[in-house]
Amino acid sequence: MGLLTVRDLHVTYPPDVHAVRGVSLTLDAGRTLGLAGESGSGKSTVALSLLRLLPSSAQVTGEIMLDGEDVLAMSWGRLRTVRWADASIVFQGAMSALNPVRTIGEQIREPILLHEKVGARAARERTASLLDSVGVPARRASAYPHELSGGQRQRVMIAMALACRPNLIIADEPTTALDVIVQAQILHLVTDLVRDAKISMIVISHDLSVLADTCDRLAVMYAGRIVEIGASQPMMAQPRHPYTKALSSAFPTIGDPASRRAPSGLPGDPPDPRAIGPGCPFEPRCPEAFDECRVRDVELWPAGPGQAACLRVLPDYARIPRLRRANLAQSGGDA
Amino acid sequence: MTAPAIEARDLSVTFPPQRERGPAHAVDGVNLTVGVGEIVALIGESGCGKSTLARALVGLVRPTTGEVRYRGTTLGYSSKALKRFRRYTQLVLQDPAGALNPRQNVFDAVAEGPRLHGLRAGLAERVETALLQAGLRPPEQFVARYPHELSGGQQQRVVIAGALALEPSLIVADEPVASLDASVRGEILRLVLDLRTSLGLSALVVSHDLGLAWNVADRVAVMYLGRIVEQGTVENVLLRPRHPYTQALISVLPGTEVEPVLLRGEPPDPTAIPAGCRFHPRCPRFAALDPPDERRELCTGRAVPILPADEAGVACHLIEESHASTHLS
Amino acid sequence: MSLVASPRTAGSRQAAAQFLRMPTAIAGLAILVIFTGAALTAPLYIHPSDLDVTQATGGQLAPPSRHYPLGTDQPGRSVLLLLIWGARASLAIGVIATLLAMVLGSAIGLVAGHYQRWLGRGLMHVTDWFIALPSLPLAISLAAVLGQGATSITIAIAITSWTATARLVRAQTLAVEARPFIDRARALGAGNMQIMVRHVLPNVAPLILVSSTLTVAGAILAETTLTFLGLGNPTEVSWGTMINRAYTGSAVSRGAWWYLLPPGIAIVLVVLGFTMTGRAVERILSPRARL
Repeated sequence: MGLLTVRDLHVTYPPDVHAVRGVSLTLDAGRTLGLAGESGSGKSTVALSLLRLLPSSAQVTGEIMLDGEDVLAMSWGRLRTVRWADASIVFQGAMSALNPVRTIGEQIREPILLHEKVGARAARERTASLLDSVGVPARRASAYPHELSGGQRQRVMIAMALACRPNLIIADEPTTALDVIVQAQILHLVTDLVRDAKISMIVISHDLSVLADTCDRLAVMYAGRIVEIGASQPMMAQPRHPYTKALSSAFPTIGDPASRRAPSGLPGDPPDPRAIGPGCPFEPRCPEAFDECRVRDVELWPAGPGQAACLRVLPDYARIPRLRRANLAQSGGDA
Repeated sequence: MTAPAIEARDLSVTFPPQRERGPAHAVDGVNLTVGVGEIVALIGESGCGKSTLARALVGLVRPTTGEVRYRGTTLGYSSKALKRFRRYTQLVLQDPAGALNPRQNVFDAVAEGPRLHGLRAGLAERVETALLQAGLRPPEQFVARYPHELSGGQQQRVVIAGALALEPSLIVADEPVASLDASVRGEILRLVLDLRTSLGLSALVVSHDLGLAWNVADRVAVMYLGRIVEQGTVENVLLRPRHPYTQALISVLPGTEVEPVLLRGEPPDPTAIPAGCRFHPRCPRFAALDPPDERRELCTGRAVPILPADEAGVACHLIEESHASTHLS
Repeated sequence: MSLVASPRTAGSRQAAAQFLRMPTAIAGLAILVIFTGAALTAPLYIHPSDLDVTQATGGQLAPPSRHYPLGTDQPGRSVLLLLIWGARASLAIGVIATLLAMVLGSAIGLVAGHYQRWLGRGLMHVTDWFIALPSLPLAISLAAVLGQGATSITIAIAITSWTATARLVRAQTLAVEARPFIDRARALGAGNMQIMVRHVLPNVAPLILVSSTLTVAGAILAETTLTFLGLGNPTEVSWGTMINRAYTGSAVSRGAWWYLLPPGIAIVLVVLGFTMTGRAVERILSPRARL
């Protein structure tokens, strides 16, 4: 039984921004899922909708089952408890997500005192051990956020997320603003903690290679839909969707002669979420598109060990020669 | 031998003390050259001084000691000398949305440089050429637009077009793709390579991203706490790194097979540079030495000499020990 | 080549169209057009004799009638004509004082924000000093030196109202100067003057505009206050002198609302007109709001 099941999720920001256009995914207990995509792909909207953290103007339809309960139908009181105790979220800007005028110790203790019947002393001890587990000296509990470095603040955010022993952690770009070395430290830490505590985790990032290193499974989003989903290693080794191919080669492997002095990218820009017509939304930028891509709707079809939303994974289309797009490859402008 | 496109000689930039902190030695003795038609990547973490060095190289920051030389001439800091220098070298910044004045349309943003330098004859053609070179086509479609009407990749192309409109010989790009989406990143980097081919442009690309160096650069310089700790050709430095800091940077890249070297501690502080080798408090090679080893005193006591500009080099006392390692295949 | 000219004209046409879609903008502009139009054309239909106390034809404090739509004042002049003529002095003093204050305040704020070292600090000290300066005693002493009248009042208002603009402009200048496009401009070869005029000023301009609408409103009120207190030229008609005379001529105790209310309402309307127009222009000037 999955810990989290999302079925046909749609999110619309009035009047006409269709940010998420039918996303379904499942996450089993103790597993990790990476959600990749560019800005505007809808990945953060999906993450926020899992805990109903979207602005109230957003229209959400579909079904989000967390531990057998429908998140979209929960009462506010229940939702508040769930947000701390069952699932918690780590945001990307650790500085803005921490209250600048309260010590980090107070901020970690707060949910513990609020949601668990423990005394002040026990909460203090738990705070110390949490800080310890994320690699921040426990005596720093009396420090204010601005007294910590960026990496330490992100560690504190992780400690806060772990405070009430949740079953699910949602990490939204947890390392984006951090340096490579600190990023590696944090990812290492998160992976260890999650594995040891058997917590499920959803990591959201624009960097596919980071996700592949941290997560069991990957889902790639484009224009509000999942375009490819499957186990990390096979997907990185052999991406089926052309967009996944582009993302996975965007950050090159050092030592790979194919990418030496040959950066790879995609021409054009993601489609306007207000005007997505029929056919494959990736078609205008796709280096492998052919005529039928413009008219035939795509859905997630089985592709190798995973699923991909591309006509090319269907047996009938696999052999169609590539469309030449010399004009597109050179132009940076969109139509 | 022709004079390099740009050159930093014993360059230091020290910022005055603030509040309880001492002076910040952001750049603390750097020799660096970019040859004509060469693309050099300057790699380092935030706070290592790479952006300050870049700004000193384009004349935005005045070095405390040392000098910047272009085509063999020492850069002067009179407004006349600087203005002449501006036509020679141009800066491309990290955040294209912020680098464009929101109240200027694309035409005015690109025409700004030529106007400042009194190049009014054929201004429209000049702007059109620059937009074409930067890959914004057709140009008529873009000139009247404002920055907020463009995507991130297009904004960065406008910034690059604005630099190209002055027909510079060198571009210094500070994290040119860090704020762009992954799929757009490669397009902008390819543009840098194309410009070298078509215009013979030299470039210094400043980044935290080693993959970027692999994608575009000929040579790479790795910076740590105000100094260059290792430099050489991309293949040598990235495939056979010799400095422990470079090795650590490469080991933590996603997708690498090697066991990641997780450096202890946080990024260092330019107001409190450690004595001896400035990397020793975080250095795994130093930490591996047992206390009686006399080489420890070398690391803690004696400063590592500043690397010369042109040659490949490694600033580490313990380098003789670690023969060119077989770090990556 | 057509690359250059078209964007700007298209932009201004678009802005005008957008302005005309905002009801408050039209209302504000209409008020201002009516008042300034009446004030500017007044000499065409108001003869000096109409305003002469000795040649007044109406009854003393007569209520509104067909011939005197807003009644008459004590000597028997038409309040309507006084109101229209008074707009000339009030608007002129308010607008001129505001222009002076804006130019002074923006220049000082811009320079203080751009040169952050001793020049900027020095200018801000001067500004602080002027903030502490009380407008009323200043106006009284200026009147003593320059003589009573519009000039001293204008100068007094300008001198006491530029400080707020200066501080506002300086703060905004600091914010704008911290943005990367200033670095880019510098790297392109822009000097201090070019950075201030081409990059900072356009980004500060909406703020100056909004600030000026508020200052105009304040300046017109200040003009009223100062002339009400008798610092204006007593022979000149302005809204302030009208209220003054209505007050001293005991219009209130005699129930002559038609003498006291019209100048008050006119002041409120003009202040409102400036504010509404300013807000509308602010929205149009901000490119992000255009989406």
